[in-house]
Amino acid sequence: MSALGVTFKRELALLWAGGGALAPLGYFFGTAMLVPLAMGPDRALLQTAGPPLVWIAAALAMLAMLERLFQSDLEDGSLEQMLLSPTPLEGIVIAKACALWVAIGLPLALAGAPVAIALQAPVERVPLIVLSLALGTAAFTGVGVIGAAVTASVKRGGVLLALIVLPMFAPPIIFGASVASGEDVGAALSILAGCALAAIALGPIAAAAALRLQAE
Amino acid sequence: MFAFLANPARFMAFSAWAAPILFAGALILFATGIPWALFYSPPDYQMGDTVRIMYVHVPAAWWSMGAYAFLAGASFVSLVWRHVLADVAARAAAPVGAVFAAICLITGSLWGAPTWGTWWEWDGRMTSMLVLFITYLGYIALWNAIEDEERAARLAAILCLVGAINLPIVKFSVDWWSTLHQPASIMRSGGSAINGEMLGPLLTMGGAYLLLFGALTLMNMRAAIFRRRVQSAELRKAQS
Repeated sequence: MSALGVTFKRELALLWAGGGALAPLGYFFGTAMLVPLAMGPDRALLQTAGPPLVWIAAALAMLAMLERLFQSDLEDGSLEQMLLSPTPLEGIVIAKACALWVAIGLPLALAGAPVAIALQAPVERVPLIVLSLALGTAAFTGVGVIGAAVTASVKRGGVLLALIVLPMFAPPIIFGASVASGEDVGAALSILAGCALAAIALGPIAAAAALRLQAE
Repeated sequence: MFAFLANPARFMAFSAWAAPILFAGALILFATGIPWALFYSPPDYQMGDTVRIMYVHVPAAWWSMGAYAFLAGASFVSLVWRHVLADVAARAAAPVGAVFAAICLITGSLWGAPTWGTWWEWDGRMTSMLVLFITYLGYIALWNAIEDEERAARLAAILCLVGAINLPIVKFSVDWWSTLHQPASIMRSGGSAINGEMLGPLLTMGGAYLLLFGALTLMNMRAAIFRRRVQSAELRKAQS
């Protein structure tokens, strides 16, 4: 089996053994639950402001998963093995990013449906929100690997990681929230898909460059 | 010139002169620019005296972006040619650029309150400028978080180049999304749209900020090099 397939399966197995999407989903639901408590249960207010906040909750849940992405590889020496392998590190990073998206991003996108309904999104818009969240979590993963890679050697680097990654989350959030609130849905979905593709294509290159330095 | 200065000893000899000269130049330009801008330039026919905020706000915006471009250039040099001084330069310029970005955001907010009727508007220019400021903070924080200086320099350089995507977004945000912030009026096709009597003090202040940036960056670089020398001297003392 190719190194990419092995990495993908290993990463999925590790994520699954670590509780799978359970913790990030709980985090997602918990953050979303605080929204109406903070804004008040006024239905008219929630209808306009609620659906985009699904995106904030999803972004935070993805962010929480990034910190350990490369740290454990650096600590237990797997990163050196990956560097020794003839497969380019960029490919291995893409495999890890895909595994993260399948194990965490997709469940978060699906869980977006009940959360969006609870935050008073119109039911006919919910499939679009799920689709946009699936694209958005892919974009978050793509830019997230950069932050995870540059902070891999920092102990308790979670806050630093957030500081680095949150500004990069801005473009997907802008267009994702535009889908969630139902403005220019077609154009926003296209741009979101563009963000996701660009992030998945370019993020691993920067992340691999950083990981090579981390292993030195 | 950069190849000549790439030698740290030569750089120290050069900057020992250059830093005070740049600093003195900045002081002279500020001494002429500030009274010219605040007292002897005409008030705007619509905004009245609040237009004078421009002379603080616009140069800060220019050179916070200019500083980031310098940072990105130094990071590129550091990654490609692995030059120590490029790392030192990037690290030294970052806090200056971050302060300029903060000045730009704060004065912009103070200017927006009387003229636009709001302290803050989430349009393209303000949002991308805020992103630039946060990128500066992340860059500085990453430098401080990693103890091994060489590794910190390379990782920060990668982060800096990734963040450089935001620079054209800041610059062209006013052309792409037309909102409250006015479009470019100095560097635009068809000539500058600003009154000549205002352009004079604005360019003087722009020059003052640039010289100040150069002087502070050089002083920061000298401090970093001295700190490194002290550290290696202490290491040698501890070994003997």
